[in-house]
Order: sequence, then structure tokens, then C-alpha cells
Amino acid sequence: MDVEMTSSLPSNPVVNSERSLVRRKKKKKIQSQIHGDNLNNNQNQNSAIEWKSESQQHTYSSKLLQALRQVRLNGSQSQTTTPKRGRAVREAADRVLATTGKGRSRWSRAILTNRLKLKFLKKNNITKRQRNVMVVTTGNSRPKKKSKVSIFRLKSKSLPAVNRKVRILGRLVPGCRKEPLPVILEEASDYIPALEMQIRAMSALTELLSVSGGSSSFSSGAAASGGPTDHPGSSRSHPS
Amino acid sequence: MSSRRSRQSTSSSRITDDQIIELVSKLQQLLPEIRDRRSNKASANKVLQETCNYIRSLHREVDDLSERLSQLLSTIDADSPEAGIIRSLIM
Repeated sequence: MDVEMTSSLPSNPVVNSERSLVRRKKKKKIQSQIHGDNLNNNQNQNSAIEWKSESQQHTYSSKLLQALRQVRLNGSQSQTTTPKRGRAVREAADRVLATTGKGRSRWSRAILTNRLKLKFLKKNNITKRQRNVMVVTTGNSRPKKKSKVSIFRLKSKSLPAVNRKVRILGRLVPGCRKEPLPVILEEASDYIPALEMQIRAMSALTELLSVSGGSSSFSSGAAASGGPTDHPGSSRSHPS
Repeated sequence: MSSRRSRQSTSSSRITDDQIIELVSKLQQLLPEIRDRRSNKASANKVLQETCNYIRSLHREVDDLSERLSQLLSTIDADSPEAGIIRSLIM
């Protein structure tokens, strides 16, 4: 079947891209430290614009489609329940989002290495290479208390209110739990437009699927009922 | 004491307060709440709070969307015609 052929192909590039990203991640960390802040500033200005572009959204949507088809194929075989599959879709969406980012930001690398780490841990026991990776909680976020707003100056980072908020923010953005304040701010300013693009793409996809699913369910139902009854076993075995 | 915490990880470049102010203002521009009001009026505390809230709401929206997507995917039976149509519409 053609569907099975095409669905097996995308899995390899995704895995390969994840592995190559892991290899490139170490080089990129050293490079980013050498190049300093100027490059980061330029990247920040460009990245926020990039996430808003239509082409980025198209790339993301097509990759998401491929990933979702894989998710559905796995799901139909193992017969997972719907809440689990919802999380699988979320994880696939996050993974595709991270690969669309091309590994420039910490959160995208953290998302990808989390997947790899979970896969490896199931097979072998590996030593912890990086300390930034935290386990991505697939459940709902814990309800966090809102601290009282107090007016203070920006320079006094030692205030507990600021620190607490920074830590909370660091937990929200993947891969930034132990980073200092400027890094967290930088990652957040890249993460937010990426999330917005993810939402735009997924909602567009949902609309398309809901519309096309409703209209073509008639045709697919008719074809499914008409096909097997008309040609029983003629596709595979040749009647001798 | 506090400066040690901020400078210990980045050895080559020192983080100045101006950079932090710039980052916070950049973050402020991304938030829809503060952007609609008068800009440059929000304190860093408020910006951080709004950022946390906004990211949490975005996460929740992504979760909802992925739930709906998973339900839609389960109801769709035929694979190739849908994917072909959708791909042609998106690309």
C-alpha cells in the first residue's frame, strides 16, 4: 500500500534529525559562548519575526501532518485510550515545533533531547551528559500560587518575589530550569512566538480536519462498504 | 552576593543591567496584555507574571487543540484521501 510506504519514510529523517541535533548541540553551545551577545541579539530580533512568517507555519504544518499520521498508526495498533493519545499528539506537536526551530534555542534542544533520553533510558542506562534537561511533564501543570505584586527596581534581582517568578518561568519553558535570568528571558521571548505559531497551525489543521472529515465521511463510508463486498481478496491473491 | 548568581554561568560575557532591561522590554512587546496598554509602564515583576500566565494559557490551548486533533484523527477512517487533500490545501 502506498500509505504504508510513505509513512515509513518520514520516521527516518525525524530520528536522524534528532540525532544530528544532539551531535550539533554540543558544538553549538561552544560556538554560542564564543560569539558572544551580538549574535544572540540579532537572532532574537530575527527569530520573533520568523515565527510569525507564513512559510514557517507551512513547514510546521506539513511536518506536523507527517508526525500525526505516525502517531495515528502507532495508536491504532496499540489501542491507546483517548487521553493518552491527546498527550501523544501534544508531544508530537512539541517535537515538530522543536525541529522547525532548527535547534537554535535551548528549549527546542531540550524538547528533543528529552525524547531521546526517554528512549535511551528504556533500553540502556546512560550517564547524564547535560544537566539542563528536565523531564517534561506531560500532565497538567500544577496550580501555582500568585504572589502579591510589589513594585521594585529591576536591578535588585535578589528580591525573593523576582527570583520566585523567574524560577516559575524557568520551569514553564522547557530546558531552562537552572539557567540564569537573562537566558530565561531570552528563551521565553523565543518560545512565546513559537507557541503562538504552533497554536495557529494546529487550530487551522483542526478546522480543516473537522470540515473535511465531516464531508468526506459519507464517501469514505460508501467506499469502505462497497469495496470489500465487490472484490473479495482480489487485491492480494490471484485466483488460480 | 546576588551578582555572583547571575555571572557564574556565562564566563566570557558579563550580563549588564541594561541588557536585562532590554530583554524584559522585548518580552513585554510579545505579551498581548501589556502591549495593548501603554508600553514601558509595566514593572519587571508584572512582565514576568504576565509571561508566566501567558505561557500557561498557551500551553493549555495547545493541550486542548491536541485533544481535539486526536479525537478528529480517530474519527477519520480513510487515510490517503484526507491527507492528500489537507496537504494540497496547506502547501
